[in-house]
Amino acid sequence: MAGITDKCSVTGIGETEYSRNSGRSVAALQMEASLKAIADAGLQPSDIDGVIPYFNMEVVAEEFITNLGITDLRYSAITPLGGASAVAAIQAAVSAIVAGVANHVLLPIGRNGSSGERIGGRVQAMPQFRVLGEFEMPSGNIAPPQLYAHMARRHMEMYGTTSRQLAEIAVAERANAILNDNAVMQKPMTIEDHQNSRMISDPLRLFDCCLESDGAAAVVISNTERAKDLRQKPIYIMGVAEGHPDSPSNITQRPDLTTLGTAKAAPIAFDMAGIDRKDIDVAEIYDCFTYIVMCQLEDLGFCAKGEGGDFVSNGRIALGGELPINTHGGLLSQSHIVGMNHVCELVKQLRGDGGKAQVANANIGLVTGFGDLGDGSVAIMRN
Amino acid sequence: MNQLEYDKPVPPLNRDSKPFWDSMKAHDMRLQRCADCGKVRHYPRPVCDNCLSMECDWVRASGKGKVHSWTISHHAFLPGFIADLPMTLVTVDLDEGVRICAQMRDCEPEQLQVDMPVELGYEDATSDLTLPVFRPA
Repeated sequence: MAGITDKCSVTGIGETEYSRNSGRSVAALQMEASLKAIADAGLQPSDIDGVIPYFNMEVVAEEFITNLGITDLRYSAITPLGGASAVAAIQAAVSAIVAGVANHVLLPIGRNGSSGERIGGRVQAMPQFRVLGEFEMPSGNIAPPQLYAHMARRHMEMYGTTSRQLAEIAVAERANAILNDNAVMQKPMTIEDHQNSRMISDPLRLFDCCLESDGAAAVVISNTERAKDLRQKPIYIMGVAEGHPDSPSNITQRPDLTTLGTAKAAPIAFDMAGIDRKDIDVAEIYDCFTYIVMCQLEDLGFCAKGEGGDFVSNGRIALGGELPINTHGGLLSQSHIVGMNHVCELVKQLRGDGGKAQVANANIGLVTGFGDLGDGSVAIMRN
Repeated sequence: MNQLEYDKPVPPLNRDSKPFWDSMKAHDMRLQRCADCGKVRHYPRPVCDNCLSMECDWVRASGKGKVHSWTISHHAFLPGFIADLPMTLVTVDLDEGVRICAQMRDCEPEQLQVDMPVELGYEDATSDLTLPVFRPA
């Protein structure tokens, strides 16, 4: 992947309405987001020659050919990294484009995560959770809030991290969601509201957990040489990487419960981009749980391991702070579109289209994905 | 209880780990050990990541360990666990150098701490399935 810097750009983004009950098929949601992203780029569907569908295969690449009238699809792939898939798909798209296989790759994700089957049933059926299914689900260790609670508890015991520090993340994101017309959660939240929310799996409370949502988001990644005369100013991809933790299929056996695959991906992405942490103006951090945001900020190198609790406090991650995060409200308060909404939001910020949540002088930004018990992905972009 | 009445997940059949589940049923937990370099590994799998040998044997677990981390679940993600709430799940460092995740018994939440000594117990979930549990040592 050496030498990919700036060779590819995000040229189009598209999002549906985000809700708890779309009343529409997952295919319809994904097609709407895809058509919006293609139109935003100033392209025609026939210009799309690559598709990376969401890994659960609910809507496969062939359906994009059928629905959109793509006549010459030359590249299709899936990136099965759970919540790290969207940003890992950027790496796959960049690889294909730089290799000359495709010029305009569509990355759609959409789901009826709220009105369709809920998480308890979903994770049991996921092949990447086979080990968990055999050895831990029978004892009741089933769903992500439980699995990640073991990580969060270990972090608290080793480093003195507190629930109130995790609350800072939820509160900052809610404040951003309230500025966003397409965010599901619009009620203000205080630290005390977080502390009073019901315990799901100690130490994680309800307000530490992401939403389950209906909706879709899509982006188009293009060869930068073909991006310059398109409708939008290209948002250049400076660096991108994915990383898998030790013992990727099982948290229990992981040497260090408090380190994610993000720790492997981050130095690759930053080296590729040729920038330092202090150069990041805005960061969209995959936030299935507050704890996972804090842990990623450590693994990304914004602070040392164990210092995440202090780092997220005192307004540093809020709008106007040193490192504003999840300016759209994130999975915690905007919508759970598996992080493709994070990619869309970073592009908006770098275009200057962030609306009421626009970060001043946002020129370089970062977006992460996280999922499947520890996989991490990181992309760094500039305007 | 037979398998048909049981409403919690059961482990799918897996040839690599059958000796482990057989040993659980016998209330005599065995752990997979590399027959060449001697490294104990869990959960069971075909290849030793230390020496790449595919030969293994099965050694008796001491049943002794220390708490590495834990969670206390107040929400059941499958209906079968509603009656277990609140449910303490512990990640335990076994003396053999591997970890195991299981429910904790006979322990108040305030007692839990990192490196707390625990010992392994066995609970027959069905006529075919025995699950590990831990108690304060």
